[in-house]
Amino acid sequence: MLTFLNHLISGISLGSVYAIIALGYTMVYGIAKMLNFAHGDVIMVGAYVCFFMVSSFGLHPIIGILLAMVVCTLLGIVIERLAYKPLRQAPSLAVLITAIGMSYFLQNAAQLLWTSNYKMFPAFFTFGGKNGVSFFDGRLNLSWTTIVTILACLVIMVVLTLFTDKTKLGKAMRACSEDKGAAQLMGINVNTTISVTFAIGSALAAVAGVLLCSAYPTLMPTTGSMPGIKAFTAAVFGGIGSIPGALLGGILLGIIEIFAKAYISTQVSDAIVFAVLIIVLLVKPTGLLGKQIREKV
Amino acid sequence: MAMPKREPTKLVPVPSTSIIPERDVDKAPILECRHLGIDFGGLTAVNDFDMAIGRTEIAGLIGPNGAGKTTVFNLLTKVYQPTRGNILLDGVSTQNMSTAQVNKAGIARTFQNIRLFDNLSVEDNVKLGLHNHIHYGMFQGLFRLPGYWKEERRAHERALELLSIFDMEDMAGAKAGSLPYGAQRRLEIVRALATEPKLLLLDEPAAGMNPSETAELMENIVKIRDTFQIAILLIEHDMSLVMGICEGICVLNFGQIIAKGSPEDIANNPVVIEAYLGKKKEDTGC
Amino acid sequence: MKLKLSKTTRINFLTYAVVIVAFVVFQSLSSAGALSSTLKGQLVPICAYVVMALSLNLTVGVLGELSLGHAGFVSVGAFAGAVASAALTTVIPIPALRLAVSMVIGAIFAAIAGVLIGIPVLRLRGDYLAIVTLAFGEIIKSLITNFYIGIDGEGLHFSFLSNKLSLGEGGRMILNGPMGIPGITRISTFAAGFILTMIALIVIFNLVNSRSGRAIMALRDNRIAAESVGINVTKYKMMAFVTSAALAGAAGCLFSLGQNTILPSKFDFNTSILILVFVVLGGQGRMLGSIIAAAALTILPEVLREFADYRMLVYAIVLILVMLITNNPTISGFFARLFRRQKGDET
Repeated sequence: MLTFLNHLISGISLGSVYAIIALGYTMVYGIAKMLNFAHGDVIMVGAYVCFFMVSSFGLHPIIGILLAMVVCTLLGIVIERLAYKPLRQAPSLAVLITAIGMSYFLQNAAQLLWTSNYKMFPAFFTFGGKNGVSFFDGRLNLSWTTIVTILACLVIMVVLTLFTDKTKLGKAMRACSEDKGAAQLMGINVNTTISVTFAIGSALAAVAGVLLCSAYPTLMPTTGSMPGIKAFTAAVFGGIGSIPGALLGGILLGIIEIFAKAYISTQVSDAIVFAVLIIVLLVKPTGLLGKQIREKV
Repeated sequence: MAMPKREPTKLVPVPSTSIIPERDVDKAPILECRHLGIDFGGLTAVNDFDMAIGRTEIAGLIGPNGAGKTTVFNLLTKVYQPTRGNILLDGVSTQNMSTAQVNKAGIARTFQNIRLFDNLSVEDNVKLGLHNHIHYGMFQGLFRLPGYWKEERRAHERALELLSIFDMEDMAGAKAGSLPYGAQRRLEIVRALATEPKLLLLDEPAAGMNPSETAELMENIVKIRDTFQIAILLIEHDMSLVMGICEGICVLNFGQIIAKGSPEDIANNPVVIEAYLGKKKEDTGC
Repeated sequence: MKLKLSKTTRINFLTYAVVIVAFVVFQSLSSAGALSSTLKGQLVPICAYVVMALSLNLTVGVLGELSLGHAGFVSVGAFAGAVASAALTTVIPIPALRLAVSMVIGAIFAAIAGVLIGIPVLRLRGDYLAIVTLAFGEIIKSLITNFYIGIDGEGLHFSFLSNKLSLGEGGRMILNGPMGIPGITRISTFAAGFILTMIALIVIFNLVNSRSGRAIMALRDNRIAAESVGINVTKYKMMAFVTSAALAGAAGCLFSLGQNTILPSKFDFNTSILILVFVVLGGQGRMLGSIIAAAALTILPEVLREFADYRMLVYAIVLILVMLITNNPTISGFFARLFRRQKGDET
């Protein structure tokens, strides 16, 4: 029972990271209707920035995370302006290839800058010399990283939901994702809104990068790819374009992955995760919380 | 082209469910809808739609915008599955059929917002209409067996023949997407006819046409009916067209049939006038 | 009408001609010893990538559905073919015949995978379809990584997840889970690659210019209209998808039997993307474009080998720039003007 609980908690924790990454995918998809494949690599950049700030310059981890967020935000805006904005009217396949090109670019630039050797990410989240709390004579362990990850995910979800529901900018984002033309006629600056979406998504990617590397501390230029693909899967799982969908999809995917590893097989856990995704899409073709779109004839 | 001579048609009087012209009365109707209805998540788009169409009738479906006319077409062609009621095509229920099967059973249609295969040639568009009448399989095509050449030649000739209805043979090689608007509308009709339907559904065939083009279209619709001996149901806002060629008219408002009858009946029906012009009586023609 | 028909036919014959000429030129250069050993070693992989690109173009360009898991089919064909070739070494001693049989087996297995994947693919659209193909690619990779096949006097033995095989006397392992297939007898030749390319072209062109191909393209252009003229969506989507998978499988077999070792991790998401890049750069639905893009982009990294560190970076930048230049009206207009001015200066 306790092992089950342990697995459940690590599943939720991993799922929280996926959910935060999935948010970036889902928000960008919702507004720009594009799959931003470079998103996973922004995570990697965020983790590297934080790593160097903390281990090379000896800055406090909090400052490291904040700086990583700033760098990733700028990176997100620059990528959007340079590569995606000129293709706003282009066919979606062209945009997809550009995003893939951007992903290759970030990975290879990181490899040139920081070499392909992996870096050990330091354990940030220790309080009073301990890296976690134990219950039931150490049979149930909760690391601070886990607690911080889950809390961070919840806080981000609440703040983001409030932001899109209550603020003017958030409403503008929702309007743009419904109908860009109409939003523009209502005086909303579509380009700024899209930039803001990329900025928020990228800042979240930085947070996700730090959290991911705190839990799995090997940092390489390709660190972001697989979590990126999984989080993208999570976004589709929950219904791409939907913020609660990203949370639900992320958490479920994390739990399925950890349970598959624990109870079925470590080697085929990825296959199981993807198989579950396919089954869900067969039953609900637009994801768990996705809107069913009726084609206008 | 001169308007073909027709006998004046008499209609079975309303409130019977049919609006079949007298010459078709003794034959089974080509289409019968019984209590047809569909809901979109609580909203009833079409309800209790009863209609019968004679074997060689030209029937009209009219009504204000948003009345549910195109939805009826989508129900007949199974683009949407009806929530209630059933459809009998030539006496056979289409209950479990898909859009493609309904077409094979004998209903072809055109679309309000033109849907051609834009990147294919005009001829290929018509050949796609002929798809189920070209008889060779994937492997005969892959290995270019004699069946392929024979059937493709036949399809080519038939396609040109069908295009000649609208004098479009010389456009056969052009890309469908590059045709002018009117030609695209006509090509859609040709493609639908190529499937050899028993009932042809035309969704606003005269939309965007000027009066002389509309007059020509009217002649052509009658010509098609006379040549192919099929029934035609059309949605149209142009009252001169509807009143000019339809033998029976069905008026839809808020998803309900509010009137059925001959053009004369419909033109003088107070309920119809009210639906189109509002409650306050002011003397305005359609 | 005559003009249009002959235009398609002309492009098809041009494509055949380009492939034949390229084969003759490279074959004679190769036998004259005028090719560097790297380039010579690339001839079979180039053919394999060309066929992979052609087959994906059938799905992406002709059927109009985005597939992000094409490497999965390649992988199935590569491993099924390599296992078949290893198992048939004594049964069919003639390498060319064994290669042909292996390719057919690879194609059949990939086609079966295509049917299995096709079933969910048919129900989904757009990005959801893309993610399912991605997921299938990953599943196939993951399954092959955990597959063990051995052979002994009694025939083939299979095991999943861990190597539990106890082989009889003289038995040996063929497929070794994550270690893939080591010690492959390299029987793929440039001539075989050429023949496979020609077969792929004939299959695709003859399919496209037939009743079935028209139906497939009709689905791409307008699914609802296609259904309204009585076209069976499932049947024709499946036909395109399975044909594409079978060709990819044969290409995978050609590739693997040209290598010494083949690893399951070779055919991952990045390989799927690589093939997709060939198709998009060459032009959707344009087979000649796919051939040129696949050949050029396979040779390019080899040529740039001395800039190994910057090679992929340059590749990424080129990819982004090509997409921007070809798809942004302002930028492409600028280049068009620039080009015209230069031309004007010359004359």
